[in-house]
Amino acid sequence: MSTAPSDVNFSDEQMLGFYREMLRIRRVEEQIGKDAKAGNIPGAVHLYIGQEAVGVGVCSQLTDDDWIASTHRGHGHYLAKGGDSKLLMAEIYGRETGMCKGHGGSMHVADFSKGIIGANGIVGAGISITTGAAWAAQMDGTGAVAVAFFGDGAANQGVLGEALNVAVLWKLPVIFVCENNGFSEFSPSSTVTAGKIVDRAKPYGALHEAVDGNDLIAVHQCAARAIRHARTGNGPSLIEARTYRQRGHVEAEASFLRSKYRSDDEVAEWIARDPIPALAKRIMDAGQASQADLDQVEADIAAEVAEAVKFAEGSPYPDPATQGTNFMFA
Amino acid sequence: MAKKRMIQAINETLDREMARDPKVVVFGEDVEISLFGDTRGLKDKHGAHRVRNMPISETVMSGMAVGAAAAGYKVVCHMMFGNFMYTGFDSIANQASKLRYMTAGQIALPIVYMGVFGGGRSAAAQHSDAMHPMFMNLGGIKVALPATPADAMGLLRSAIHDPNPVVFLQAAGRGGEQGEVPEGDHVVELGKASTVREGDDVTVVAIGAMVRPAMRSAQNLAEEGIGVDLIDPRTVVPLDREMIFGSVRKTGRLVVVDEARDMCSAASHIAAICADQCFDALTAPIRRVTVPDVALPYSPSLEKALLPNEGSISDTIRRLLGKAAAETEEA
Repeated sequence: MSTAPSDVNFSDEQMLGFYREMLRIRRVEEQIGKDAKAGNIPGAVHLYIGQEAVGVGVCSQLTDDDWIASTHRGHGHYLAKGGDSKLLMAEIYGRETGMCKGHGGSMHVADFSKGIIGANGIVGAGISITTGAAWAAQMDGTGAVAVAFFGDGAANQGVLGEALNVAVLWKLPVIFVCENNGFSEFSPSSTVTAGKIVDRAKPYGALHEAVDGNDLIAVHQCAARAIRHARTGNGPSLIEARTYRQRGHVEAEASFLRSKYRSDDEVAEWIARDPIPALAKRIMDAGQASQADLDQVEADIAAEVAEAVKFAEGSPYPDPATQGTNFMFA
Repeated sequence: MAKKRMIQAINETLDREMARDPKVVVFGEDVEISLFGDTRGLKDKHGAHRVRNMPISETVMSGMAVGAAAAGYKVVCHMMFGNFMYTGFDSIANQASKLRYMTAGQIALPIVYMGVFGGGRSAAAQHSDAMHPMFMNLGGIKVALPATPADAMGLLRSAIHDPNPVVFLQAAGRGGEQGEVPEGDHVVELGKASTVREGDDVTVVAIGAMVRPAMRSAQNLAEEGIGVDLIDPRTVVPLDREMIFGSVRKTGRLVVVDEARDMCSAASHIAAICADQCFDALTAPIRRVTVPDVALPYSPSLEKALLPNEGSISDTIRRLLGKAAAETEEA
């Protein structure tokens, strides 16, 4: 692939839309983080904060007919692909009104009607599932694509090699998007990962490109090339988006870890490269929106988050007398 | 009715369902040439895009089945030997058998994971397991083990169209055996056992390839005046508990024959639920005829000694009825 062209022209509306989607993920997740700390959420939560440019950069180019599979850090992909924040919040709260009626929780948010195969608690699981969905899309012949989001940790699962092999052989319309956020759970990526992840596509002959995962426009451009390649029947791509996990692996980690696995300086350095203020600055510098426009987006999202929390809190827990086994062999 | 081999019955069913429903697809290792014959000729009739050879990559294969099924296809994923399902186990255990439930039934996952199982051919431990108990404990995947060509046909047809994933295990040593098969469409509902033979003295539940030696045992014991009520569950998930309980309540005795290792086998589960539900009707302890908790050996002399057979089934039944075990010749 060539490098991203510098003369990018997105409309004011598009740019503000990207900003809105990224901020929406950020604010919803900040709320989830707060709720987790307050003990309002029954299970573990893994936040996407800092990586929003990747999910939005890719998913803003997909339709409901395209498939995505996500990771244990999956709220961002779900929202970016058009998932409803109220249903998300209710699911994470374990309520009956959640999109999986409280059967999945934070690590398993899914909405098949929007092409969201779902978050997944098994690291790397989405790689094979999207390869299969891409096979289905190829048989359908509608030009739909499938995108596997996974982390640098999942890149060390053998299934990536198997999937690249078959996807190249069959020319499947699948895009493997590795979000390299620097950590495999609590291990710095450099201590568990040999070489460059993007290079792993080379021997298979798949298209591949590394991109700054904190730069929305760069991600968008890179994903556009991969998506076009897939839609036109030319096969798979591997994108390595370099980004950073601003929060811990899991929100509760401070309560059980006895030592640090990264320095405060490193975290601060990456927070200074946060993708959302960077996009805001770019929009403002280009005169594509005013501060008042951005403030309005902020206010709209605050209202959406408040409404989602209210909906979740006001929803009942599923009744074990009537639910619990009713989706087994449904 | 016509006589057919089991492998032929499976092949014809795949052919018929692919012709009937364009969403039915078959993929797996060497499905184009077909090692066992069950997928032979399908590519020529239904096209290379619907019958696809896979690399030897079980990990991605079992997961691709999930993705293609989620995206609307009815997927037959041929894993060749059931032991290779262990290699591709993650997507079967963590995805296929869980996602319908975890997403509150948002999707159907019509997948048939197909493979051969069982011993008797000196294939040694890595090609001879009876792995159905492992799937029984997953909660969310059905498990079919046909014992006859007719049941293979009827169960496979149901499995292909079932919205849930199904593991379909063909007995490795039985593909060539013949049996009567009904003409035209033949359906066997998953979860319906069959009474193979009626008798009043003892219930024998035999699973998969064990139905045949159990049948021969029942025929011989009839000459000794012992009436065997022989039940073939046909699927161990769902399990037709009521038919088994009804028989045990009638005979008061139960022998379960299973080609799996004894620990946590289908036999031990069936024994447990019958002890639980039919205790008052039992007049004798429940007996299991299974494989010892070891890997199956290669040498024919060793392998034969470990697998249940007509002789070990008959002796178990005779002892249960207080009769001396005969020096039964093995079948």
